[in-house]
Amino acid sequence: MVADQALRGLDSLELPPDQRAQVPGRRGRKAWAAAWPKLLAVALVLGVWELVTLTGWKKLVLKGPGPVFSDLWQQMQHGALWATIGWTMRSALIGYLVALVIGSVVGILVARIGPLRAGVGSIITGLQTMPSVVWAPFAIILFGENNSAILFVVILGAGPAIANGLINGVDYTPPLLLRAGKTMGLRGITLYRFLILPASLPAYLAGLKQGWAFAWRSLMAAELFIAIIGQVSIGQQLVADQDLSDFTGASSVMIVIFVIGIIVDTVFTKADVSLRRRRGLLDPAAAN
Amino acid sequence: MRASSEQVTPPANRPGASALSAAGLTGQTGLADQDGRAGDRNIAVRLTEVSKAYGAGPSSLLALDGVSLTVADGEFVCIIGASGCGKSTLLNLVAGLDKPTAGQVETGGRRVGLMFQEPALFPWLTAGRNVELALRARGVPRSQRPALTAELLETVRLGAFAGKRPHELSGGMRQRVAMARALALDADVLLMDEPFGALDAMTRDLLHDELERICSERTLTVLFVTHNVREAARLGDRVILLSSRPGRIIEEYTLPRQGQRRIDSPEVSEVAARLTDRLREEVGRHGS
Repeated sequence: MVADQALRGLDSLELPPDQRAQVPGRRGRKAWAAAWPKLLAVALVLGVWELVTLTGWKKLVLKGPGPVFSDLWQQMQHGALWATIGWTMRSALIGYLVALVIGSVVGILVARIGPLRAGVGSIITGLQTMPSVVWAPFAIILFGENNSAILFVVILGAGPAIANGLINGVDYTPPLLLRAGKTMGLRGITLYRFLILPASLPAYLAGLKQGWAFAWRSLMAAELFIAIIGQVSIGQQLVADQDLSDFTGASSVMIVIFVIGIIVDTVFTKADVSLRRRRGLLDPAAAN
Repeated sequence: MRASSEQVTPPANRPGASALSAAGLTGQTGLADQDGRAGDRNIAVRLTEVSKAYGAGPSSLLALDGVSLTVADGEFVCIIGASGCGKSTLLNLVAGLDKPTAGQVETGGRRVGLMFQEPALFPWLTAGRNVELALRARGVPRSQRPALTAELLETVRLGAFAGKRPHELSGGMRQRVAMARALALDADVLLMDEPFGALDAMTRDLLHDELERICSERTLTVLFVTHNVREAARLGDRVILLSSRPGRIIEEYTLPRQGQRRIDSPEVSEVAARLTDRLREEVGRHGS
């Protein structure tokens, strides 16, 4: 990166160093720095759990982390747990994808068309504030106790968040960039394609992440409510454990739900960080 | 779509011209300068009694009041005035981003490019892609774009930086990319709204030289808004002084071009001092 020296003003001092010095073992140290606080937190939770068990509180039902994790380990050796997780994740994925399509289409229409904005915009916000579990009885009346009812609840949970994310993104397109785009002659569809949609991406991604959180919650609520004959979902597994007062079984399921939530959230966070890094929105000091 | 072939008629005698003669510069009234090149040049921009008010009724704000101005092809006109004098409004009107409340703005179908104090580059695109998007918006076929992009970046001496994103460039480099992008529109008229206002003096000085070189390589007409009197004296063929709220032309100076000026040359200092005095007068008039 050798610029013509004669061209360099004081501003060349602003240039970031070309390549970050690759110190050997840096990657490993970085991974450890990120991991140890999390490991510590998990150890703390398990420690408190074990202590509570040792006090003998609710002795008849409460089990310590040891039995629960060995039960979970046992279940992981069998296909049944994986089939249950597989079925639930399938519902989550289908519901989320449909919500993604509907939310994005509605979002872009509402963002573009004034009268729609005034009318539908407030409805979307209203829907987003509604706890999606209240849709479950409505869905059962409408579809019966089947997968359509579950998907309906998931879509209504995730869709509004995704639409709102997109609308916010369009609204917060920097006016200066809009001026620049219009000077370049971008109008109508091309203005959206080359300027407004790319500019909306960070807010849209935030909407997608929030949409996933809503989808996951809605799905769990719907599965607790809606039993499909011959099909075991995570939610129904939890209901079954509740009926049997099976503390270890219920705890195993809760751990599964927790871990899936974390894994997906990590994916979204990684996408968000990489997007912000590419746009220079990341504080370089914080990124290291 | 090219301009009509109107001829420039020297505007009526303005007081500023004589002030410059006193400053030791052989100033003349109007557009015709020493080598007489203005005499047979076409008009690039003509504003006729242009007024612009924002809002309606008693609370409306008059930003420009009866501004008449003609700029010849290839002329470099600096517009200077205190903040709030409607400089940016004037450029928006010429760029066609806004409509005047009264009067006429004509550019004879010339392409108009606009540069701001902020580079306003699209942060999700590399420097090269930013320039290429402008080519695309202009309708340049895909096959020609890479070569043209490289050429334009070379013009602003950033050939080696095509793959860098805006946040990886220094402030001065970003303004160069913005300049390349404006040139990509094949603009005949370049409107610059305090383009170097955010840069340090050393970088600004370099970019003055660059801008002068680029203007001489292409017949560019430039309307350059600044609040820096030295910058105006350094760059302009003509300097227009605007009053504040509403913006009116209070003074017009023609500066004959005798080779390259230096920002620290006595001529530029002298002109700058006179401009400053006149601006002070104007501010004093407003303050009382």
